[in-house]
Amino acid sequence: MTATTEATRRLTGSKAMVEAIAQEMERDPNVIVLGEDVGTYGGIFGSTTGLLDTFGPDRVMDTPISETAFIGLGIGAAVEGLRPIVELMFVDFFGVCMDQIYNHMAKIHFESGGNVKVPMVLMTAVGGGYSDGAQHSQTLWGMFAHLPGMKVVVPSNPADAKGLMTAAIRDDNPVIYLFHKGLQGLVWMAKQSRAMGNVPEEPYEVEIGKAAVAREGADVTIVTLSLSVQHAIEVAEELAPEGIDVEVLDLRSLVPLDRDAVAASVAKTGRLVVVDEDYQSFGLSGEIIATVAERGVALKSAPIRVAVPDVPIPYARELEYAVLPRQDRIRDAVRKVMG
Amino acid sequence: MEDKTRADLFTTMVQIRAFEEAILADYHADKKPAWDIGAGLIPGEMHLSAGQEPVAAGVCAHLDNRDAVTATHRPHHFAIAHGMDINKLAAEIYGRETGLGRGRGGHMHLFDPDTHFSCSGIIAEGYPPALGQALAFKRQGAGAIAVAVTGEGAANQGAFHESLNLAALWNLPVVFVVEDNDWAISVPRTSSTSVLSNADRAAAYGIPGIRVEDNSVEGVYDAAGEAVQRARSGGGPTLIEVHTLRLWGHFEGDAQAYRPELPEVPGRDPIPSYEQQLIADAVLDETQIEQLRDEAKKRVQDALDFAKSSPTPDPSTATHYVFA
Repeated sequence: MTATTEATRRLTGSKAMVEAIAQEMERDPNVIVLGEDVGTYGGIFGSTTGLLDTFGPDRVMDTPISETAFIGLGIGAAVEGLRPIVELMFVDFFGVCMDQIYNHMAKIHFESGGNVKVPMVLMTAVGGGYSDGAQHSQTLWGMFAHLPGMKVVVPSNPADAKGLMTAAIRDDNPVIYLFHKGLQGLVWMAKQSRAMGNVPEEPYEVEIGKAAVAREGADVTIVTLSLSVQHAIEVAEELAPEGIDVEVLDLRSLVPLDRDAVAASVAKTGRLVVVDEDYQSFGLSGEIIATVAERGVALKSAPIRVAVPDVPIPYARELEYAVLPRQDRIRDAVRKVMG
Repeated sequence: MEDKTRADLFTTMVQIRAFEEAILADYHADKKPAWDIGAGLIPGEMHLSAGQEPVAAGVCAHLDNRDAVTATHRPHHFAIAHGMDINKLAAEIYGRETGLGRGRGGHMHLFDPDTHFSCSGIIAEGYPPALGQALAFKRQGAGAIAVAVTGEGAANQGAFHESLNLAALWNLPVVFVVEDNDWAISVPRTSSTSVLSNADRAAAYGIPGIRVEDNSVEGVYDAAGEAVQRARSGGGPTLIEVHTLRLWGHFEGDAQAYRPELPEVPGRDPIPSYEQQLIADAVLDETQIEQLRDEAKKRVQDALDFAKSSPTPDPSTATHYVFA
């Protein structure tokens, strides 16, 4: 972070995102925003609130419900020098437009031998916890990270929401920006107590690819991201009086993945819990453990994963809470890994 | 139509055919006795455009290199007609470091910033990016347009319909071109498409639609001229369907057993018939035609020589260019 002044303003995640976008739109006339309900409504999750009033309909464009057409449009516009920010309302909707994302947006730079750049941001809402069911509650970041050619960023707090958005807009690569609905500070969703945070007012970038130690600790490392970072910090503070000193590592991006930070933290603590709101198998949590194994980091006990146990996200609150990586499951995992 | 225009259309078609015939020969030269699609100087699938030259020649005659073209898995005719450097095109097809994509793309994935050309191997998915290029051009205000090409099989894909709607809604400077070569690999259009002409589908989006019959290069030229002018002058998109001809297989190695009219296909080749017409109308004589054929072949030979003498990519660079 290049912020130099002490941040004293507290913003929600959504306001931090909007501020980043607005500042970049002021700075660069090539930045445009498009997607469903990004105009008058201001983004279903508040990611574009007020931009239409400030920048007008030539730069903030509501689209038809045609994700293939408008994501593809973003790609073509990026190829010709614009810097589009395209919103896919819920990440769960990728199924209707994935070809443009992974076969076009992510591959054109490679297929062109580096001759054609696609500087675009695809921002999309992720996550569950409010009974939206199996088609509106997923995170799916591991799937995008699996496919080469896209950076994948996942903020956990308002300051990063702003700095990662600024970095994503300025990046010459396609960047998938996955923001958790539970961190947006929406008036129609229960507030996560940490959805508000201090955010510097001036423009700044959070470097994509650098994890952050969200809480220092000596006994066990929780590697996590997005909303789960806040859950992990809560658990860490609860367990501190018991003498368990938890380090929380916030990945901040999956691509690039800060493997050095993972290895360094686990080498220090010797114990690993991975908390991931994505499906457990074939994804990020396995990748983290593989990284630790490949680097030969010595562990004092077997690592534990707290993820969604390979089941679609259920509707009923009792069932959904049972599969999400909530505080109770994280707490149990930390105690278990401590022996 | 002016004689020079007719001669130019013919010259473009001959240039394309010379290229495709040369690729055809090299492609098959070293895959025998046992057919191996991954073997030889030119490996992989090969979709050649012989027979469809009238579409590319007629459309691209109205374009210059500030205009964008997004083509299909069968892209060479549009690439050449739009003015791509055929040395770089050939080198990419031969998988060489000097190719358009340094050998990372291949013949279905051609990207040329100099001519704003791209193509997609995924059916109908070249349409949406063309909208974005058109949007960028519209904002630049210099009159450049985008041409988006698909085959008739693609007109049943969602991307096709989403794109027509959005382009019409936003009045984007796009010309949509459908190459109806009757066959979606082995499926005839009568088994796939609910309307007789895809041009009729333009009405659903409130834009002009026109079908050009008989693979007529002059028919394409006239229809495209009007559509390009409309797009350049802010009149929005047009859909043009051309009834064209796939002279060869869907891909090289396709035995085409599904194609009952196969014996008649060579007789429908659009180049000899146009040649006869131009001779009859005294636009070109046989000597001139022979000369322009020789020149076309010479250009192709130079391009193939360039490609084949270029270095292959260094395997140690296989992971390069994923990110900028």
